[in-house]
Amino acid sequence: MALNSLGREIPASYAGRTLTPYRDPFSNQPSGLAAPRPITRVNPGTSKLVGSLREAIEASGLKDGMTISTHHALRNGDYLLNAVVNEIAALGIRGIWIASSSVHPVHAEIIPHIKSGVIAGFQCGVNGLIGELASKGELQVPIIVRSHGGRARAILEGSVKIDVSFIAAPCCDPCGNLNGYFGPSACGSLGYAQSDALHAACVVAVTDNLVPYPAVPVVIPQTLVDFVVQVERLGDPAKIVSTTTRITTDPVGLQIASYAAQVIEASGLLQDGFSFQTGSGGISLAVADKMRSAMRRGNIKGSFGCGGITGYFVGMLEEGLFSSLMDVQCFDTEAVRSIGVNQAHQEISADLYANPFNRGAVVNRLDCVILGATEVDCNFNVNVNTESNGYLLHNTGGHSDTAAGAKLSIIVAPSIRGRLPIVRDQVTTITTPGETISVVVTERGIAVHDRHPELKEELIRRKLPVKEIHDLQKETCRITGTPRPLDFEDEIVALIEYRDGSIIDVVRRVKE
Amino acid sequence: MKITRKVQAGTMQSSDLMVFLEPAEHLTVTIESTVLKQFGELIRAKVDEVLARHHVESGEVRITDRGALDYAIEARLETALLRAAEE
Repeated sequence: MALNSLGREIPASYAGRTLTPYRDPFSNQPSGLAAPRPITRVNPGTSKLVGSLREAIEASGLKDGMTISTHHALRNGDYLLNAVVNEIAALGIRGIWIASSSVHPVHAEIIPHIKSGVIAGFQCGVNGLIGELASKGELQVPIIVRSHGGRARAILEGSVKIDVSFIAAPCCDPCGNLNGYFGPSACGSLGYAQSDALHAACVVAVTDNLVPYPAVPVVIPQTLVDFVVQVERLGDPAKIVSTTTRITTDPVGLQIASYAAQVIEASGLLQDGFSFQTGSGGISLAVADKMRSAMRRGNIKGSFGCGGITGYFVGMLEEGLFSSLMDVQCFDTEAVRSIGVNQAHQEISADLYANPFNRGAVVNRLDCVILGATEVDCNFNVNVNTESNGYLLHNTGGHSDTAAGAKLSIIVAPSIRGRLPIVRDQVTTITTPGETISVVVTERGIAVHDRHPELKEELIRRKLPVKEIHDLQKETCRITGTPRPLDFEDEIVALIEYRDGSIIDVVRRVKE
Repeated sequence: MKITRKVQAGTMQSSDLMVFLEPAEHLTVTIESTVLKQFGELIRAKVDEVLARHHVESGEVRITDRGALDYAIEARLETALLRAAEE
């Protein structure tokens, strides 16, 4: 055991791997070469089409102990990962690691295959029941949680070696040119699958929409694809993309959004060339709405909107408030429509989006990002992975990537959520280090990190309710009562990897 | 105050609670809560305080809490007690 720089106990090794404790956001330097991939040759007249998923698995050469991946652009509507794991089990293959870009509640179907040993571990975070059962000690399976940028980094540097990647391809031709724009399972951007396509030893394109050659636009080219297989359905379209997300109507949420918008205006960043990212939550969208009004008012033209893209950002693009959108994942049907028709709606890979170990990612160019939090501590460290009951339920997403990259990273959250105060002595799990967070905005006050003294002064000058984060915590706890800390066992159920591969925290088994 | 009939008060919304009361020979209190681990003792203390203030000595008290603050617990429980004691 060693303490990392945030005071978290990190074991020397986990699941056979030596661990490096987190030190700081920017100094860790990569070395060596990018991970290699076997070269092959496909001569004229060779067909890549195979008859079924099972034939594709056999053709890929998948063996015991290997690593597979899928992407999560189909989100909770995805059928593919479950289907692949069922076929792997039927073929008698065991000890498989899953290195998908995310695992969703719909994938709880594979739990029996974890218990039986078909699945040996997760090189990715898990949303939902799998994480909960692991936290309770009911599922013994190593889990390594990574951010979107961290996953791209791990694949590029070869610390996660994908043997076979199964890429759900909503629009695909027989040679494996593919995109996510069209077809019954259209999901828009395939940003997360691109690293897999470049670095997996074998790439299988799986489609429910096989189109005549060539499938254009080509997002992932045929040069990277080994096999193409047709299935009846890739997913449930109703669950692939959510219906339009709405701006919050909750007065607490609107108050938070109003403060956050005023913080952005006070920062001086809101000028021509402004770049901005929000999630799809109701408060985030309310902030975006206020920015939209402010940009119209000030006749400001932004450079790009980034991230998981919603219809809200598409509206701002089409209105001319942003000159482009940099899109790693489409959050709703409107975003899917737009990426197929708007040239300035640019699909980006997770590598380009957020990888810390390349020649510069898009997040480094962000002026402002709006992020959520389950808990924040008095050093501004943020938890989004575990719920306050201690269960691992959520993936990191781009949280720690965008916080590190953006000039101004703003956490928006109600001060109290179901009696639980947002600001704690200690967060259950550290996802994102406080030294990459600028401001925490609640309806009860605004806390500014010490590394932004000028912004703090300006907010005070503008008569915004600036509070020390300790005072915010005390004030909230007077209303809620002081929550009793949870009890944990020593057993580690998951690693939380920082984007550079160092270990920022571990998730321990909850004492029930 | 005496619990003379079966009543309920509250909602199942986040930050609220449901209170169920029924006549019974002995006083029993059961509490379910989304924040039982963190606030179970504080919720119990508040419920006991309100019951004592109203001199409730018998009845079945069931609380299903969704993270309500103390004042909400007090208001919902008092409302239920008044309903349970109505002639």
